[in-house]
Amino acid sequence: MNIYQPYTIFPLGDAALTIEFSDTIDREINNRVLQLFHHLQSAKIDAIVDLIPAYSTVTVCYDPVKLKKPGSTAFENMAAIIETVARAKSQLTTETVRQIEVPVCYDPAVAPDLKHLAAEKKLSIETIITIHTSVSYRVFMLGFLPGFAYMGQIDERIAMPRKTKPMPVAAGSVGIAGLQTGIYPFNCPGGWHIIGRTPLKLFDAANEDPTIFHPGDDVRFFSITYHEFKNYQGRTA
Amino acid sequence: MDRFSAQLANALLGIEPDAPVLELHFPSAQILFESQTVIAICGADFDPIINQESVPMHHPIAIAENSLLQFRQMKKGARVYVAILNGLQLEPWKGSYSTNLKAGAGGFQGRALRKYDQIFFSRQINISKLLGEKCFSVLPWKALDTIEHREAIEFVIGSEWHSLDAESRKEFEQHWFQIGRDSDRMGYKLKGPVLKLTETDILSSGVGFGTVQLLPDRSLIVLMADHQTTGGYPRIAHVISAHLPILAQKNPGDVFMFKMTDLETAEEKISRQQKYLEEIRIACKFRIENLVHVS
Repeated sequence: MNIYQPYTIFPLGDAALTIEFSDTIDREINNRVLQLFHHLQSAKIDAIVDLIPAYSTVTVCYDPVKLKKPGSTAFENMAAIIETVARAKSQLTTETVRQIEVPVCYDPAVAPDLKHLAAEKKLSIETIITIHTSVSYRVFMLGFLPGFAYMGQIDERIAMPRKTKPMPVAAGSVGIAGLQTGIYPFNCPGGWHIIGRTPLKLFDAANEDPTIFHPGDDVRFFSITYHEFKNYQGRTA
Repeated sequence: MDRFSAQLANALLGIEPDAPVLELHFPSAQILFESQTVIAICGADFDPIINQESVPMHHPIAIAENSLLQFRQMKKGARVYVAILNGLQLEPWKGSYSTNLKAGAGGFQGRALRKYDQIFFSRQINISKLLGEKCFSVLPWKALDTIEHREAIEFVIGSEWHSLDAESRKEFEQHWFQIGRDSDRMGYKLKGPVLKLTETDILSSGVGFGTVQLLPDRSLIVLMADHQTTGGYPRIAHVISAHLPILAQKNPGDVFMFKMTDLETAEEKISRQQKYLEEIRIACKFRIENLVHVS
């Protein structure tokens, strides 16, 4: 099936541009984003310095000096190259999606906001855990911090807008904000509601592939005890 | 943060623009060079001295072994760059020698340098003839174009520029902004007029070094060198690449104004800057090779 997905291209300063397919969180759109991202990566275009895929956009960072020509701007030339790539490969292919299982400890010792969420949503803590672990989530994008994966979509029954004031968050903390869930890779201030913690090390600079999650991954959480959390073997923080 | 000064320091020694350099803030480290080398100091003027004697910026300086480089006072600017002809023995991370403090990777052990740290040179050089009895010798060429400390920072409009009401757009261009005390390498928080926008949130999308975002509390932030890759706040404007080094040399408390320009002008300015650096590099490479013997 050859599906033409409309897009706009606009400058992001003088050394980057963004291709926008939509302004919504949508699996199909995100597929198109990742497809373009992978095609631009494999095209190995010399002037491209970096690629940033997000929910419904791809940002291309480029070297304007390499692209500028008399009579046309670097932006126009980069946009033309990208359009060629975008048009040539607009078929929606189903590539193999990586399935990732993430152990999460939901014990109050590592889930400071779980009780409050339960009270607000008028559900038991057990129900919240069941809901959170019962579906798989797509990794739409990485951003905010190295290794931080934005995953969606959360069941509305446990959705909660992010906090107005960020609080200190421990590395591995699993949070909820709006309809998204995600895991903080480092200790840092954060505004997401923390409902658990994973022993996994989300970002390891020493690894060839430093992040556990990639955009497009399918993620499932499973509950572990506090004891199991403390004694977890494997890629730990 | 100030890529122009970092690249200029390398260019003055005839070496590639992305060879690792030292970036120092004030109060600055004291650096002991245990072998002969040639260095170049660009960026902020922190009054550099070698073995207690003043040395000029923007010149290659040949120095003898066991010379001590110190910076006496903060005269102008925010960060200084020291390039080293001998090269530094460092492992690149993801293709770069830069340090990412958040990720704890790159550069020297993924962290800021500490007292007693030792970095080895990639190679030795022989400049005994050049130095003679002196501790150092300033080589007779310098960069003429360096960072201007101007107060008008040029920008191109961002995708949410037109969501600002007309009054706010005028204010953005006509009012002074001050760099807040809570600014850092990720971004400069700006104090200035309160702007009005029709939307407060956008879906997270790529942002760049120089992107000016409007935060929910109506304050502005200019993203700097260690910015996150994505952001969910309206993109009002983008500082042009050629002016990022100027902004990078401003300190909290400094004031400036924004001045609108267009994409063609912005591209023209960065191209001229890069061409200038390349010309310097080629000219200096030739001169250095004539003066210095690499062993």
